[in-house]
Amino acid sequence: MAYTETVDAHDHHDHPPAGIWRWLSTTNHKDIGTLYLVFSGIMFFVGGAMAMVIRLELFKPGMQFVDPAFFNSMTTVHGLAMIFGAVMPAWVGLANWMIPLQVGAPDMALPRMNNFSFWLLPFAFTLLLIGFFVPGGAPAGGWTLYPPLVLQGGDSFPMAIFAIHLMGASSIMGAINVIVTIMNMRAPGITLLRMPLFVWTWLITAYLLILVMPVLAGSVTMLLTDHFFGTSFFSASGGGDPVMFQHIFWFFGHPEVYILILPAFGIVSEVIPTFSRKPLFGYEAMVYATASIAFLSFIVWAHHMFTVGMPLAGELFFMLSTMLIAIPTGVKVFNWTATMWRGSLSFEPPMLFALAFLFLFTIGGFSGLMLAIAPADFQYQDTYFVVAHFHYVLVPGAIFSIMAGVYYWLPKWTGHLYSMALGKWHFWLSAIFVNVLFFPQHFLGLAGMPRRIPDYATQFADWNMVSSLGGFGFGLSQLLFPILIWKCVRGGEKAPAQVWEGAHGLEWEVPSPAPYHTWQDPPSEAQIAHGAEH
Amino acid sequence: MKMKKSGLLLSGLAAALLTMVAPTAQAAWALNMTQGISAISRNIYSLHMMVFWVCVVLAVLVFGVMIYSLVRFRKSQGAVPDTSLVHNTKAEIIWTAIPIAILVVMAVPATRTLIETDDATKTELTIRVTGYQWKWGYEYVGSGVTVLSTLDRDSNFARQLGSGIDPNSVPNYLLNVDHALVVPADTKVRLLISAQDVIHSWWVPALAIKKDAIPGFVNEAWFKIDAANTGLFRGQCAELCGRDHGFMPIVIDVRSKADFEAWLRTQKALQQPADAAAPAAAPATAAPASAANAAATVRAAPARS
Amino acid sequence: MSQSHSQADSGKYYIPHGTPWPIIGSVALFTTMFGMVAWLNEWFSPVMFFAGLALLAVMFIGWFRTVINESEAGTYNLAVDRSFRMGMVWFIISEVLFFSAFFGALFYARELSVPWIGGEGVKVFNHIFLWQNYDAGWPTNGPAKLGPRADGSFEVIPAFGVPALNTLILLTSGVTITIAHHALKAGNRNVLKIFLALTFLLGFLFVAFQANEYGEAYMHKGLQLSTGIYGSTFFMLTGFHGLHVTIGAIMLTIIWFRTLKGHFTPSRHFGFEAVAWYWHFVDVVWLGLFIFVYWV
Ligand code: HEA
Ligand code: HEA
Ligand code: CUA
Ligand SMILES: [Cu+2]
Repeated sequence: MAYTETVDAHDHHDHPPAGIWRWLSTTNHKDIGTLYLVFSGIMFFVGGAMAMVIRLELFKPGMQFVDPAFFNSMTTVHGLAMIFGAVMPAWVGLANWMIPLQVGAPDMALPRMNNFSFWLLPFAFTLLLIGFFVPGGAPAGGWTLYPPLVLQGGDSFPMAIFAIHLMGASSIMGAINVIVTIMNMRAPGITLLRMPLFVWTWLITAYLLILVMPVLAGSVTMLLTDHFFGTSFFSASGGGDPVMFQHIFWFFGHPEVYILILPAFGIVSEVIPTFSRKPLFGYEAMVYATASIAFLSFIVWAHHMFTVGMPLAGELFFMLSTMLIAIPTGVKVFNWTATMWRGSLSFEPPMLFALAFLFLFTIGGFSGLMLAIAPADFQYQDTYFVVAHFHYVLVPGAIFSIMAGVYYWLPKWTGHLYSMALGKWHFWLSAIFVNVLFFPQHFLGLAGMPRRIPDYATQFADWNMVSSLGGFGFGLSQLLFPILIWKCVRGGEKAPAQVWEGAHGLEWEVPSPAPYHTWQDPPSEAQIAHGAEH
Repeated sequence: MKMKKSGLLLSGLAAALLTMVAPTAQAAWALNMTQGISAISRNIYSLHMMVFWVCVVLAVLVFGVMIYSLVRFRKSQGAVPDTSLVHNTKAEIIWTAIPIAILVVMAVPATRTLIETDDATKTELTIRVTGYQWKWGYEYVGSGVTVLSTLDRDSNFARQLGSGIDPNSVPNYLLNVDHALVVPADTKVRLLISAQDVIHSWWVPALAIKKDAIPGFVNEAWFKIDAANTGLFRGQCAELCGRDHGFMPIVIDVRSKADFEAWLRTQKALQQPADAAAPAAAPATAAPASAANAAATVRAAPARS
Repeated sequence: MSQSHSQADSGKYYIPHGTPWPIIGSVALFTTMFGMVAWLNEWFSPVMFFAGLALLAVMFIGWFRTVINESEAGTYNLAVDRSFRMGMVWFIISEVLFFSAFFGALFYARELSVPWIGGEGVKVFNHIFLWQNYDAGWPTNGPAKLGPRADGSFEVIPAFGVPALNTLILLTSGVTITIAHHALKAGNRNVLKIFLALTFLLGFLFVAFQANEYGEAYMHKGLQLSTGIYGSTFFMLTGFHGLHVTIGAIMLTIIWFRTLKGHFTPSRHFGFEAVAWYWHFVDVVWLGLFIFVYWV
């Protein structure tokens, strides 16, 4: 057959074309993974720079640096850039790099579409960010885009909408690729229940993405037509309702927060067993817990809307369903703890970040549970208590586990070991400052400080100053991360195929750095067994 | 790492203890919410404290086990992994069942309080609250008295970008208004909350009321302040409503029933002349929109042609 | 799930090396969207928008041509074929969810917001203070009686006229494409060609009728996008559906030309099946529309 020739012809050049065209045209999952991760890093710094502006203005009471409208833009674009620019692309990047390696596939299932889903992102964010330079300034209605406020936006309004459309298209294509790769490209012998948990959690995340990103696209499309074409979805005078938007948005938005955290659960479920030198406790329970969380995430959305004046039955339903999520999440936390129990623990950077995740995500989960209590949420809603909650689950939650993943697999990618000392510095500074940054925000919220305000009453001054100092410290500490990565790419001690003593899985069966093409021939039974063991 | 986490936990505990002792913590370094000035607000406060303590206890237990493992099972101390420990049905049932029980224990009082807050029957006074960008309008339904409430002048000067005025020199910086909402104590008051342009949210922590003001819809809330709790209580708009969202505070002036009646009579007399021509309509200054008015203007963002 | 022996069957999984189309597609989409922004914001004329669309068309043609050529050259094994199928299924599911956002808006408006504005149930104060003269009901253009007519009136398109006819057309096209599919599998190329042609002709007929109805609504019925929530939900749902029918019919046409060129075999015809699935999806959405938008 003709095609075997084609394939073979390509097999031999194990080296990609040189120059920029390699990156523009690549269909290689490792290249695309790298692109995603680099993009995510850039957006983390862009979003982080905006957070620094926020913390600077809030350093002390009084308006010092920016106009209130610009402050609102900072908050809005910070939220969008971090969620859609930093965390989601980081997950897709890790999926690209690791899923084919972990399931023994030669590449992602749909390589051209894979390239497309990446390259949409830089264009999407260009569209979003040039909003700063058009009349009316960047979007300033909050990342939640509530009408009617968002409809008052200036010329950047349609840019944000289309940017979200592009991000959505990118995510949907990325998710389709992940599902098809996992379902169709697993090497013989890798049954569903032999897949690593990172693969499992990503599979479930991909289902979530496919089910909710189109809904987000629909909801922002309605915003667009309400603004430009005279529809009245969100206006009572025409029979619509601003709250309708919130329902549709949060139907996307709540599963979205699990999209941000489920792959994190996957990473932690890889790292903790490795550095405990013990298999994951309760593997199947972990899979079912992940699936239950995903299922529940579709029926809790209105816990973001306890104050909009829902009928009592609605409030009750959403309060109780939300509380249920604590159960499968608890199962996860307990299983991780049990994995460490009677293990043999060592504390390299991936493990340190995973451990910080374990403690700090749980704190964020507890504050989430407090928020779920509807009458109490009347006091918490739209205060810094909420800001504290979601940063605990997002920064030491999602971001730390992304870092754990990078520290875990970096030697596999670059073929070099990195500086453990620098990694530990990065960890300790991050772990300390992140608490200085976000813990006081609980107090601020409880004492009555609303979120999304550029200036505040003087009784909030002290904790804000602490929080800002923590923020600057945290931000500066992050500079160590790219430095460490850069050094590791450039050189360092040669990494063996199996980098970590206790690691399991097929990715450790290929050499470090992983060759440009891997698993062109599926792994053998022996390799699979070896990968599962050692 | 363990040291730091437990240190944090301790300071959290200490924080909570402190506030229990001094619940009027509206001062600097405040750590917790206040009990408020109504039965409902106290209910909500104790609900909050209950959930908080449940979380603290759980945290102590869970983090305790984690920290124990971190210390006890270190490789550097020669720990040998027990690789056969991958599953334990009994433990797994326990750690699913106990959280369920805890959740039920929390759900019961939460449900009760929720039902209570929802019961707006038998109110004695009704006030319409309308949010505008960026001020609050109030109308005492029946008497026609209206109040328009904006950020006070001193705060407003001080909050301008680079004003050079030290916020600490302004009393109640950003939490003061020109005309407070006067309400009676010991009276069940109903609020009918709406907005004219975008969504706002009417929040007074001391009442534990936060209700969104949504253009085109009327939301209901109620409070009954203890007879003893007269005085000024402050809150803020709690939903991003544009550029000056941070600058539309709420102040309620709680007076005894008799004082309130007297105040309302004077206001009625003062505002009457303005109303003489059209008794039902609100005066132009305050203008919580009449229906016709609202229909015309409620579309906050006129569609571009 | 057990048939995941991807590399096991005939030869290797085909991984293309390097492709220009996605980056061209990204540039095209950016151009289109920036052009649309410029148009909506009245910065400049829509020329950039149309340029973007043109480039998008180039991208689609180029990308699909590459894939078709590879497919005809026998580059794809069964595992690749299966990836394509799975991908298509999940794409269609995402489309279903896109429509569900608008169906959700329709149900929310009919069941909740309109009755609430009319003061139903707990929302009695809406009626007392904001919208005294509004009698909630469906169809409605809201208490402000929005829409093109000065008196705020409008008429709806009755279900049992052209919409019923269109239902018949789409259902028939569902049958014709199934016949075409069976013919393809039976190797009966002539029946295939005829029934495939019938299918896309029916598709375009549907679009023509729909366009005519839109004209009626806009010109004579006072029913436009701006006719309150009824007009909004009506045109967004039927409009996006119409767009999908148009795309589907174009894809059917392309598939038809491919059959004329002798593409597809009785056992391997992913392109045909993908379009057929898409067509059935469009069909099912229409049934939902017919029932919930036009009828009840
Ligand atoms: C990664 C993201 C992430 C995650 C994982 C979560 C997890 C949870 N969140 Fe959070 N949330 C956000 C991101 C996230 N959230 C964001 C971004 C917002 C704000 C959006 C905005 O408005 O801008 C938000 C807001 C938010 C609100 C709305 C607040 C408001 O605006 O008023 C609520 C209310 O219920 C809530 C609840 C929860 C709950 C119950 C969980 C649960 O999943 C937590 C479960 C975990 C635990 C409970 C801890 C571990 C469990 C045990 C140790 C077992 C034993 C425990 C018990 C029995 C109690 N979240
Ligand atoms: C994954 C998501 C994510 C992440 C990682 C972060 C990270 C951070 N967030 Fe973010 N945040 C959100 C998601 C996230 N946030 C969301 C969704 C909102 C709500 C938006 C809304 O209300 O609409 C929000 C809102 C929000 C607020 C509330 C704003 C308001 O209500 O007005 C604040 C305030 O402190 C804040 C602070 C920070 C800080 C200090 C960090 C830090 O962790 C950032 C650290 C990173 C860096 C600093 C970059 C790296 C370093 C440099 C660039 C070097 C230069 C450094 C210095 C000059 C010191 N965030
Ligand atoms: Cu009004 Cu915020
Ligand atoms: Cu949520």
